[in-house]
Amino acid sequence: MNGNLNMIGYGLAAIGPGVGIGLIFAAYINGVARQPEAQGRLQAIAILGFALAEALAIIGIALAFVL
Amino acid sequence: MNVAASLVRADGGFEAPGPSIFDLPPVFSIGPVDVTKPMLLLVLAALLVFAFFYAAARQRSMVPGKLQYAGEMAYGFVRNGLGRDIIGSQDFLRFMPYLTALFFFVLLNNLFATIPVIQFPTFSRAGMVYALAGLSWLIYNGVGIQKHGFLGYLKLQTVPAGVSKVMWPLLIPLEFLSNILVRPVTLALRLFANMFAGHILLVLFSTGGLYLLQHGGIGYVAGPLAWVLAVAVAFLEILVQFLQAYVFALLNAMYISGALADEH
Repeated sequence: MNGNLNMIGYGLAAIGPGVGIGLIFAAYINGVARQPEAQGRLQAIAILGFALAEALAIIGIALAFVL
Repeated sequence: MNVAASLVRADGGFEAPGPSIFDLPPVFSIGPVDVTKPMLLLVLAALLVFAFFYAAARQRSMVPGKLQYAGEMAYGFVRNGLGRDIIGSQDFLRFMPYLTALFFFVLLNNLFATIPVIQFPTFSRAGMVYALAGLSWLIYNGVGIQKHGFLGYLKLQTVPAGVSKVMWPLLIPLEFLSNILVRPVTLALRLFANMFAGHILLVLFSTGGLYLLQHGGIGYVAGPLAWVLAVAVAFLEILVQFLQAYVFALLNAMYISGALADEH
């Protein structure tokens, strides 16, 4: 079986950020559902949280190629 | 240059794109220095951003024309969303030139990955991103030291509030590592890795589609399908480019606001 161990590592590394982003957007949807006027303010926080959680998955795939 | 031939490995398999596709040959040389395409794109982006804002701000009429209105909307987005809301209404004005220039410079460089003919994100070259992150590091640390003094600033960044003194030997090195050493690295790595991965995805779908189309059979269906997916991925990449530029500027604003924060 051919392939690269890096990609298995990336697959495992993407579990955490996947769960994290799901939690972040679940909280965002809950917040907007309870108080629709807060959508603008919550959106900035949701985008920030998404980018921070996604960073780890992206670092994973970049290093999977580079190393 | 025969693109189709370069996709096929010696044993007939597909030559998947890797980090080597980012090593572009020099366009021309000035003395001993090779000038490559990413370097030219960086200069081009700086010139374009400057030209846009200069042209938008020249007339300064009370009733703005279209270009001035576009410039005002663009500046207003950064001023309100990033400056006033994050840094606070007291001292955000002196950071506005830096944040505006940073946001639009990073955005244009990211968009170069999708603009035809150019099609190369300059921040997929890691060195360029680390230079920007280094500048950010100097700015937010410098501003903090200027306001609080060197020891006061270190105390602000490394000593967490409301924690008993017993935990301090564990928390202070951790906070120092996290706030002062690791921040520029993650800032740069986030932008670099996003642009790197996005470009590899686009190249993979495009060249993979061509390889599939050449090698017949199911490839006549799978190849054009790969190209359709390449268009879809390109749209996703546009979203990612906007998002990463916004998050880079947003995190800069948050670090500056954290450095300027009052004592607990």
